[in-house]
Amino acid sequence: MSGHDNTEAKSRGIEDILTGYQGRPGALIPVLQETQEVFGYLSRENMEKIAGALHIPFSKVYGVATFYAQFHLKPRGRNIIRVCLGTACHVRGGEKILDAVSKELNIKPGETTKDLQFTLERVACLGACGLAPTLMVNNETHGRMKPENVPALIQNYRGRDREETAVH
Amino acid sequence: MSQTITITINGQKITTHQGASVLEAAEENGINIPRLCYHPMLESTGACRLCVVEVEKARTLQPSCTTPVTEGMVVHTESPRVMDARKTVIDLLLANHPEDCLTCEKNGDCELQNYAYQYGIKHTSYKGERKDYPILDDNPFYQMDPEKCILCGRCVRMCDEVVNHHVWDYAHRGFVTKVTTAYDMPVEEGNCIFCGNCVQVCPTGALLPKYGMGKARSWEITKIRTVCPYCGVGCNIYLHVKNNEVIKVSGAEGGPNDTLLCVKGRFGFDFINHKDRLKTPLIKGEDGQFHTASWDEALDLVARRFAEIKEKHGPNAFGGLSSARCTNEENYLMQKLMRAVLGTNNVDHCARLCHASSVVGLNISLGSAAMTNSIADLVEADVIFIIGSNTTEAHPVIGMWVNRPLRKGARLIVADPRKTEFAERAHVYLQQLPGTDVALLNTMAHVIIKEGWYKKEFVEKRTEGFAELAKFLEPYTPEYAERVTGIAKDEIIEAARIYAEAKNATILYAMGITQHTTGVDNVQAIANLALLTGNIGREGTGVNPLRGQNNVQGSSDMCALPNLLPGYMPVTDPGMRGTFEKAWRVSLPAKPGLTVVEMIHAAEKGEIKAMYVVGENPMVSDPDIQHVEEGLKNLEFLVVQDIFLSETARLADVVLPAVSFAEKTGTFTNTERRIQLLRRAVEPIGQAKADWWIIQELARRMGYAMDYSSPEDIMTEIASLVPIYGGVTYERLGIQGLQWPIPDKTHPGTRILHRDRFTRGLGLLAKVPFKEPDEGPDEEFPLILTTGRILYHYHTGTMTRRSKGLHAIRPEGYMEIHPDTAGRYGVKDGQWVKVTSKRGQIRIKAQVTAKMHPRAVFIPFHFVEAAANMLTNPALDPQAKIPEYKVAAVRVEPEP
Ligand code: SF4
Ligand code: SF4
Ligand code: SF4
Ligand code: FES
Ligand code: FES
Repeated sequence: MSGHDNTEAKSRGIEDILTGYQGRPGALIPVLQETQEVFGYLSRENMEKIAGALHIPFSKVYGVATFYAQFHLKPRGRNIIRVCLGTACHVRGGEKILDAVSKELNIKPGETTKDLQFTLERVACLGACGLAPTLMVNNETHGRMKPENVPALIQNYRGRDREETAVH
Repeated sequence: MSQTITITINGQKITTHQGASVLEAAEENGINIPRLCYHPMLESTGACRLCVVEVEKARTLQPSCTTPVTEGMVVHTESPRVMDARKTVIDLLLANHPEDCLTCEKNGDCELQNYAYQYGIKHTSYKGERKDYPILDDNPFYQMDPEKCILCGRCVRMCDEVVNHHVWDYAHRGFVTKVTTAYDMPVEEGNCIFCGNCVQVCPTGALLPKYGMGKARSWEITKIRTVCPYCGVGCNIYLHVKNNEVIKVSGAEGGPNDTLLCVKGRFGFDFINHKDRLKTPLIKGEDGQFHTASWDEALDLVARRFAEIKEKHGPNAFGGLSSARCTNEENYLMQKLMRAVLGTNNVDHCARLCHASSVVGLNISLGSAAMTNSIADLVEADVIFIIGSNTTEAHPVIGMWVNRPLRKGARLIVADPRKTEFAERAHVYLQQLPGTDVALLNTMAHVIIKEGWYKKEFVEKRTEGFAELAKFLEPYTPEYAERVTGIAKDEIIEAARIYAEAKNATILYAMGITQHTTGVDNVQAIANLALLTGNIGREGTGVNPLRGQNNVQGSSDMCALPNLLPGYMPVTDPGMRGTFEKAWRVSLPAKPGLTVVEMIHAAEKGEIKAMYVVGENPMVSDPDIQHVEEGLKNLEFLVVQDIFLSETARLADVVLPAVSFAEKTGTFTNTERRIQLLRRAVEPIGQAKADWWIIQELARRMGYAMDYSSPEDIMTEIASLVPIYGGVTYERLGIQGLQWPIPDKTHPGTRILHRDRFTRGLGLLAKVPFKEPDEGPDEEFPLILTTGRILYHYHTGTMTRRSKGLHAIRPEGYMEIHPDTAGRYGVKDGQWVKVTSKRGQIRIKAQVTAKMHPRAVFIPFHFVEAAANMLTNPALDPQAKIPEYKVAAVRVEPEP
């Protein structure tokens, strides 16, 4: 999806997503996916609307949304930073990189900055062990990271959007 | 017929039916397999793996609860491999379970603990991480401790499959998985109705009732099986008693509820030991105050005053109100006292106020005044038509049973001016204007005849009056009905089609039908639909009035009614009277007596001088309370017998303390005609006495010999005089009770009435014209007031409003009003309003809801401080003499 399409999608409300799915409990997962794509995460309000439209108990919608790792119940930042803690990166100081990012953004892994610029996550192996320690911002991998390079790297992404740096 | 299958379990050959699981087949043959997630009422999920068994030729162990039997299967339920696997399951469950069995409320009653004991697991061999979850404690009735939850999912399925409220589900994944509400929100927000059925099926101490916590260990408790004191479903309950105190209630297996209960039955029992219970007789002195008295003083006084009044003014100066909350035996005795001792037919009870229309209407149309079918056979229906019944709130457990056919794909038609829970789920929802039911029902009948959807053979063989009815219904076109009822005509036609085309269609109705000046007409118009389509006399069909009070069917059968002798024998029939005169050794009055509302009028006019009110509270329950008060105050002598000093008792000259249901023996007859045994669980509070004992003492002191040694003794007399109860003995009633008619001692009881012939011979297709309600809206009173019950309270609230939890959840009354209507009158949600009718005015909070009909408002009738019955219209149905509680014209004004 290009950035342009996405802007257009954002102007779609949850109601638009739900048309066509009324009373179809089987559509839950696709509807959750589409909602997350448009809004970036699944808000309580939207999940309540989904439950109502599809005739699924709210407790069940919540259950499904919390079961799958792909769904996010909190707003996510415009940029997602994933710091690798796989074996290779771990050995070569991944933790220190994570600490540096954490300190720079003042959030813990799993959290999002207040200004919704960044979300920090940890992952196990980005498949670039040769470049360890690694991290990924949106879809761009950065290897041979050093803690002191972190602030500059982050600065570089401020004000940008993960769609801009996404590789399609 | 399903095929039979033979399998071998532990070397034993077993025959069972196809579709059974291995676990069920084993159980049927006395082989017990341990289980945690399995529950016989719920779909099996195979989640816990405790029930594994070894099936020869299968590579892995199989969960027996989800493994269907197959021909020739060879199963071992206790092989070493199986035992090892089960130990591992328990061990793992204990790994992250708090080890506080010693102080756990469930100690001794916990399935996990019992299995750990049985399988000899003293400590877990895994050092499991503990989940650090707080206890969910957000309501007055129960709590949930996720740390003790073993994720068996019984509660999830109970609430989803049976109760249909889906409060619980699994959330998150892996180790942190837990059973919770969405966002751990308070359960009430999550749609919980506090039936506690999830609590009852929880195998561990995760879900626990809050009453009685810390009061008893499981082994100190005696469980007594008896019947719920609230509604006409007649659920069977266990009272858990320690030291003469009821500390918990649980649902009993079998009976009309098969363990299910609603919030009132399960959690509304703390009135039994309430400090307000009457403990001694009270006599009002010259000073207008009550003084305690001994039983001898009180009874002698009542007997003396009754004798004086009889001497001076004759027998018809008395009026007696019996109670649908009392047992059959007590109702029988009460009407006997009024007739045989005082010599009047002026005896009535609250059936007058709820189902008098059914008694009259069904007797005329079909010949028997009761539900034609049983609760259990609802499941056979493929169409359910609910009219004028808010089933999920007024008869909650029947509401749960209706979920069964609906889950199997049955279709639902609901007609109600309020969009009730079932209306939300209906395939066709008809929102009629209050008081227009006959127009709606007649039109459905019209369409069914016009379109040829009626069952010709049934109509010919089993009914009379078809040709006349067909002609009579000509003007009841869909266009006409649309004008009168406000429902689109296509909806009416669709409802008629669905009902008529069903294989088995059942009709459930309640006070929305009966509490009208046209109550009898409404009932007969309903019966017409069933007769035209042959939907009667089979499983899953019928005309089914849901009776309100726990024993309103029984008190009607005992005929604490002014025109009928026990067993529905007209007092005007000399032959019938003769039978009773012989048995009672007196001559009986031949003139029918006065009904509830008529007695109050007669008291106002000074024609009735003395009243004896047993277990009723007309000061809240009767229409137009201002007049009730004037009537009662005008009496020379008023005796009230109750468990609390009710609003009515305050006006009495003598108050006699009665015992509650928990303190007495006797029988109640539920809405499906099931006569059930009530068993005494605790000793009477203070000096309170059973109603039958009090009535008998009064009779004796007035010189009439009554000599019953027990309620059972009274039942023997009833069985000898009332043919439909002919085969009843306490011994035969046993656990399951018996459904009348039970003509003799070998008769098994009757699940379905009118199977091959109607009690009256042919079913009568009655011509009932539509009539407007007595009081229509006008300029001064532009809205229609309709009244009813809510889930958490019961009648005048003397019991439920003394229950802490029920009171906490719904402490006050409210008026439901549609947003458009609210807008028109400037009423906001939560705002205080004045509601005025021609008869009175109350203050109440508004609840703005789109559930309400735009031209009507709704007020529940339980709350004396905002008594709906200050406003209601005492106009009566001409035959049933039931007041029109469901339609009164009112005005609504916001308070500044
Ligand atoms: S109490 Fe009843 S409604 Fe509430 S969660 Fe339990 S089963 Fe569901
Ligand atoms: S709360 Fe009880 S019934 Fe529900 S899943 Fe947990 S252990 Fe099972
Ligand atoms: S449904 Fe009626 S009888 Fe059953 S528990 Fe509730 S109030 Fe009692
Ligand atoms: S371990 Fe970090 S990229 Fe493989
Ligand atoms: S009881 Fe069979 S898997 Fe739980």
